Amino acid sequence: MLIKPPDDIKSSEITPEETYWNRRNFMRVAALAASAYATGKLYRELAVPAAPPAQAGAKLANVQSAAADTGPQLNEQPTSFEDITHYNNFYEFSTDKASVARRAQGFVTRPWTVQVDGLVQRARTFDIDDLLKLAPIEERVYRHRCVEGWSMVIPWVGFPLGKLLKEVEPLGQAKYVAFQTLFDPKRLPNQDTSVLDWPYIEGLRLDEAQHPLTILATGLYGQTLLPQNGAPLRLVVPWKYGFKGIKSIVRIKLVAELPQTTWNLAAPDEYGFYSNVNPQVDHPRWSQKRERRIGEFGLRDTLMFNGYGAQVAQLYSGMDLRANF
Amino acid sequence: MKTDDIKFTRLLIFVNSVVPLALLAWDGYFHHLGANPIEFATRTTGVLTLIFIFVSLAVTPLRQLSGANWLIKFRRMVGLFAFFYGCLHLLTYVWFDKFFNVREIAHDTWQRPFIFVGMASWLLLVPLAVTSTNAMIKRLGGRRWQRLHRLIYLIAIGGVIHYWLLVKADARLPYTFAAVLALLLGYRIFKAYVKTAPKKLAGAAGR
Repeated sequence: MLIKPPDDIKSSEITPEETYWNRRNFMRVAALAASAYATGKLYRELAVPAAPPAQAGAKLANVQSAAADTGPQLNEQPTSFEDITHYNNFYEFSTDKASVARRAQGFVTRPWTVQVDGLVQRARTFDIDDLLKLAPIEERVYRHRCVEGWSMVIPWVGFPLGKLLKEVEPLGQAKYVAFQTLFDPKRLPNQDTSVLDWPYIEGLRLDEAQHPLTILATGLYGQTLLPQNGAPLRLVVPWKYGFKGIKSIVRIKLVAELPQTTWNLAAPDEYGFYSNVNPQVDHPRWSQKRERRIGEFGLRDTLMFNGYGAQVAQLYSGMDLRANF
Repeated sequence: MKTDDIKFTRLLIFVNSVVPLALLAWDGYFHHLGANPIEFATRTTGVLTLIFIFVSLAVTPLRQLSGANWLIKFRRMVGLFAFFYGCLHLLTYVWFDKFFNVREIAHDTWQRPFIFVGMASWLLLVPLAVTSTNAMIKRLGGRRWQRLHRLIYLIAIGGVIHYWLLVKADARLPYTFAAVLALLLGYRIFKAYVKTAPKKLAGAAGR
């Protein structure tokens, strides 16, 4: 098996011309170059999504500093605009975080209405432009911790959800708030797949929704939201994992019973209703003790309630946070 | 195939196998790996490991179906590249995720099924890489060597499960890998069945 056949007579010895070698070598170099190029091309095609062009939202006027009841200003370096707008979990566009920006380009957010109803005194359907004028917009620089183990610092612009709730006057029986994303597979192409149950739905307890830290974000970095970040209106609850921050909201309903939530339906043992950031309670498949801050090399320790314990821990006093994960 | 051609084909395969790593390094150097370069490198080296394992598993079916027996001459290199990318994949985890903290790695491996399966698959690759030389084949003897190297079936299954277990919701890529693996292994099962079936039939007829 391992006996080597005698060396073939070198072709060059038969054909003395240099031409032969030149042609042969030329062909070989060409074959090497062409195949390496093709492999590189294939790799690029499969592995690295084409970088979408730089984008910007419209400049927002009259952005105020955060209200006094939101605690001290966060003293951490905000994540770059580029990273915030090109590393997104928005499964309605793509399950690949780097591809969302490209696929979300051209998503039309006007006209847009938000229906606010359920157990309220004054149910109402808001035109988005009226809703954006409901309250003064503030800048809120928040930590953002994804359940996957990475984090950012995002200078959101928005207003407290509580102000909208006050506007519609919740009834006494209202205990929870249910949210819903737009359902329109033509505009949100991945809604054609069964990756998750569509439309995306989320929920908060009423006191969580009324908490001064909970906002409806309309922009970031002083500009209107780009589609990949949940334009025209999204929820931001900084002490919870990022997936609680439902994007492109079309409906907010006050209800008496615990509302269903998309990720809880998809994997009930992995994603609970509360989903408060908690380094003590691991995701069944990975640890939540540390996080990779986008733009940094090392890992950071994950903070209880994402560092907002002083403001929100009392919402959960007496609760078993391991059972109510 | 002439020795000269074999040498050239080896070079061709070598160069093409290095291309993804070269581009990964290039993109990393110029900050073109996106917002989370470490996650990207981990994912990419992992997928590359699976691809190289699959290519090495495709050699036998291709050889038997096409009669191009010379393909076998290049399988070792493909297999070693699978091991190489597997090592890089493991390194990204051990270094950038755990910073060489042995206790945490051990804890993780024990606690998390997807890490356990990945780790086990990599460990099983080690003896295959070690026994890949001609001298080792001779020392073990062809039969035993072949039996040992059938571990690659288990490794490939482990690799696909490892990938499958870590996906949050969209498992289309792991499904694809699983389907291709089913083809590659199904071919072998079918061949083995065809080989033994006539004997069984003959035995039944003799009764």
